[in-house]
Amino acid sequence: MPGMHIQLKEASKTFDQLRVLQRINLEVKPGEFVAIVGKSGCGKSTLLRLIAGLEPLTEGTLLIDGKEAKGLHEDTRVMFQDSRLLPWKTVLDNVTIGVVGHDKQAARTALKLVGLEDKRHEWPSVLSGGQQQRVALARALAGKPKLLLFDEPLGALDALTRLEMQNLIESLWEEEKFTAILVTHDVSEAVRLADRVIVIKNGIIDLDVEIPLARPRQVDQAFIHYQNTILDRLMKKEIRRR
Amino acid sequence: MSQKTLRSLGSLIPWIIPVLVVTAWQLLGSLGILSSQILPTPAKVIEGTLRIAADGSLYEYIWISTKRAFIGFFIGGSIGFLLGLLNGLFPIASRFLDTSVQMIRTIPHLALVPLVILWFGVEEEAKLFLVALGVAFPIYLNTYHGIRNVDKGLIEMGRVYRLKGFSLFRQILLPGALPSILVGVRYALGVMWMSLIVAETIASDTGIGYMATSAREFMQMDIVVLSILLYALLGKLSDVIASILERSWLQWHPNFYRKKKKA
Repeated sequence: MPGMHIQLKEASKTFDQLRVLQRINLEVKPGEFVAIVGKSGCGKSTLLRLIAGLEPLTEGTLLIDGKEAKGLHEDTRVMFQDSRLLPWKTVLDNVTIGVVGHDKQAARTALKLVGLEDKRHEWPSVLSGGQQQRVALARALAGKPKLLLFDEPLGALDALTRLEMQNLIESLWEEEKFTAILVTHDVSEAVRLADRVIVIKNGIIDLDVEIPLARPRQVDQAFIHYQNTILDRLMKKEIRRR
Repeated sequence: MSQKTLRSLGSLIPWIIPVLVVTAWQLLGSLGILSSQILPTPAKVIEGTLRIAADGSLYEYIWISTKRAFIGFFIGGSIGFLLGLLNGLFPIASRFLDTSVQMIRTIPHLALVPLVILWFGVEEEAKLFLVALGVAFPIYLNTYHGIRNVDKGLIEMGRVYRLKGFSLFRQILLPGALPSILVGVRYALGVMWMSLIVAETIASDTGIGYMATSAREFMQMDIVVLSILLYALLGKLSDVIASILERSWLQWHPNFYRKKKKA
């Protein structure tokens, strides 16, 4: 099951006169892991929502596997910053929502992938934040998505849980070979996980850099080099072009 | 003392005040400090209860009043619930109807008693109408707001997982609104008894309210007191029903957790 191929062409997004994204051109190859970083309010989440089909484009086109996409694609899943589990369904029933055809056995298999099979009869509210996100990940994976979009899903977790989740996401991505796009404000998370990091600034792509490091990645010289390159670009004062 | 005896003693705590009050009441009455013309003693009330229980009229009145209360509740509750769903789910319906419903709501429904007597006399419909009218609004308001305030993030999640129409309603909107709906149910159960008492006292020839009014005419103080106690008991009964509903429908809610059995 190959990942999805995504092409954004001259994509712009405007909210009530406010230009959030301007003429974005972006291609994500099948199975690629792309991270989008930027300061808050730079439009990175909006970009993700455009690709997800949660928001319509104001201008430009979105091609999924070569065809123009309108609205949500059935093989796309999104993980949000909050887990968005239904509090009135047990962990297993929550994951079952993600299964096409609502098969419990498939949901259980997905729960096993994230290591929470033994929690399947609990209510979501008794789980820790990290466990809730793992259930949300299982729900997303249960439908065998071809594109998985992460909207800062680890932002609210503590540092150790975060590392665990990063490893989990990486290993599941390597196994399932879906296309992944991760929005984050954590540069080291981006360098750790992504094949390519994109920096968004004032609604345009400011930097697009490959990270050719071997996986699993260690924080070594090369890692720090990439991290600093991206950070410098993020923090640099805006060049006046007017 | 063992944990167990301590706990069973603990469950008696809520009953200390009622028991003390009844004992003092009986004592004051027996000593002649409290005239039986003002308040008959508990023993007298029990006597009177046994007297009218013997010919079966007591059970009949309780049954009729309970039936009226719940039929009225069912009619009014259904109308309020459906209207709340309609306005909560479809903004166009809410624009069309909500203002009118809110205007009618501000009329105290018991103010309609004279009109209701003119329309229905002392027939069953009069009581049912008043109960239904009183019950409909709290259920309407809480259903409407419950649906409107369901977490937008969960609805968006539902879109990603392609939940639409009825399945979106059944899996996300209705359970999300349920805590609020049940608050409405609890409140409406209170309104239900209040409306029924007024309706039965003013215009009726059966039921607990009628029993109280006719006992007043014959100066049967014990029966008057009994009627009041019956309403208190029935009110408590509906409260118990409401909390059973909450515990079984809101098991997932941290306020109502029960120990889950391991499956």
